[in-house]
Amino acid sequence: MDTSKRAKQEYDQMVKKASPNSPIFTNCLKAFFSGGLICGFGQLLLDYFSKTNSQEDAALLVSVTLIAISAILTGFGLYEKLGKHCGAGTIIPITGFANSVVSPAIEFKKEGLIFGTGAKMFILAGPVIVYGTFTSMIVGLIYYFVGR
Amino acid sequence: MGVKKIGKQTVRLSEGVRILAAASTVSKKEGEGPLGKYFDKIVEDSTFGEKSWELAESRFIRENMELVVQKAGLKMNDMDYLLCGDLLNQCTASTFGIMDFQIPFFGLYGACSTMGESMCLGAMLIDGGFANHTLVGASSHFCGAEKQFRAPLSLGNQRPPSATWTVTGDGAVVLGKKGNFPCITEITTGKIMDMGVTDANNMGAAMAPAAVDVLINNFQDTGRKPQDYDVIATGDLGEIGRGLVVDLMKKEGFTMDGRFTDCGIEIFDKNTQDTHSGGSGCACSAVTFCAHFYPRLMSGEIGSMLFIPTGALLSTTSSQQGQNIPGIAHGVVIEGCGEKEDK
Repeated sequence: MDTSKRAKQEYDQMVKKASPNSPIFTNCLKAFFSGGLICGFGQLLLDYFSKTNSQEDAALLVSVTLIAISAILTGFGLYEKLGKHCGAGTIIPITGFANSVVSPAIEFKKEGLIFGTGAKMFILAGPVIVYGTFTSMIVGLIYYFVGR
Repeated sequence: MGVKKIGKQTVRLSEGVRILAAASTVSKKEGEGPLGKYFDKIVEDSTFGEKSWELAESRFIRENMELVVQKAGLKMNDMDYLLCGDLLNQCTASTFGIMDFQIPFFGLYGACSTMGESMCLGAMLIDGGFANHTLVGASSHFCGAEKQFRAPLSLGNQRPPSATWTVTGDGAVVLGKKGNFPCITEITTGKIMDMGVTDANNMGAAMAPAAVDVLINNFQDTGRKPQDYDVIATGDLGEIGRGLVVDLMKKEGFTMDGRFTDCGIEIFDKNTQDTHSGGSGCACSAVTFCAHFYPRLMSGEIGSMLFIPTGALLSTTSSQQGQNIPGIAHGVVIEGCGEKEDK
């Protein structure tokens, strides 16, 4: 069969036509509501913890609670079921970050505590930490020179 | 050119190599699919009582190989060669699955086309006079493949509509010389085809050109057309890949009709099993052939078949480095036990 550059371009068009797109509108809608629910739940927790704690401690307690819930759900294989429907709604909040740390920790347990769980735990979250730190550094520099 | 070669990519075996028995062992999800009642063994627990997915796959291989030899009425010692492969790095599922058999072994890697590759080479060994019996097969495991190629199972991500679902299980056949069994008569060996697909979530599109190349060469070399076969079955192109093959073949002047199916479409019910474009993995074509097509070849319901397992030749490294995903496919012509038309 023809493998020329032109044939490859034609094939690329055929593939695009034949492959259905992800249902972006419904995905966005589900992500919006599920992400909003998680954040709303976070706000409820914050209000509750604020009653007996300082603002700073209360914020920390909210993060810890959400991470714990996500880790437990991941352990029982439930978070993946939520993620399938909610998509970005369950990936973007801190619960998604917890899921991305716990899931490889479980998956690579068989390779041992060092080379498995320990080494692979941040395989997905690592880039988020690296580039999160990097971005905050850049923003900090801009703020230092321009923003003040 | 070798005396058995009949064209650019096809060989005709001097005496058809018989498929004496076929066996398939799969996991729960495959058992719940449309072919559920045809599999020899369905294992409810996908760990198969082992402590890792990798060891589970080895056990699928071991038990299924033992089963197929038993079904052929033979003993493991009767096998002159064993040829098989899987998707795990360095084919370790096969290694740990079959090492206790102590049979001379050729480990194969053809990605998901491995069943085709093992059947071709196993038949050639017999036709070349190097063996009386060969045991050939292929396996894959959904969880092991996800772990190695994609993401941890419990990660809450979404799969795009073009994604396929790796079949868990092992399919194996025993090849031999004598008896009234379906025959492998011709082999069309595929070339590596790269049409520039880079999306690892659209394997059907990556592999379709390789299947088309095998189809065209088989028709050219044998002088046949698609309608000369009762069934043409590709390995794991899924809905999208099958559609692309039909379109590409139309451009080449061939009409692929309802006789053309894909094992990835047959094995799962996409409406109820959430498998998106279809099944995939080495086991997809292997178990579908063993459970679905072999019995119909045996009964004569299928007179002749062109079986084309398809594979995507990528690794996580090649994919992350931005390389395209080349495809490979191998064509096996199998004639059933029924009354054969004069050729």
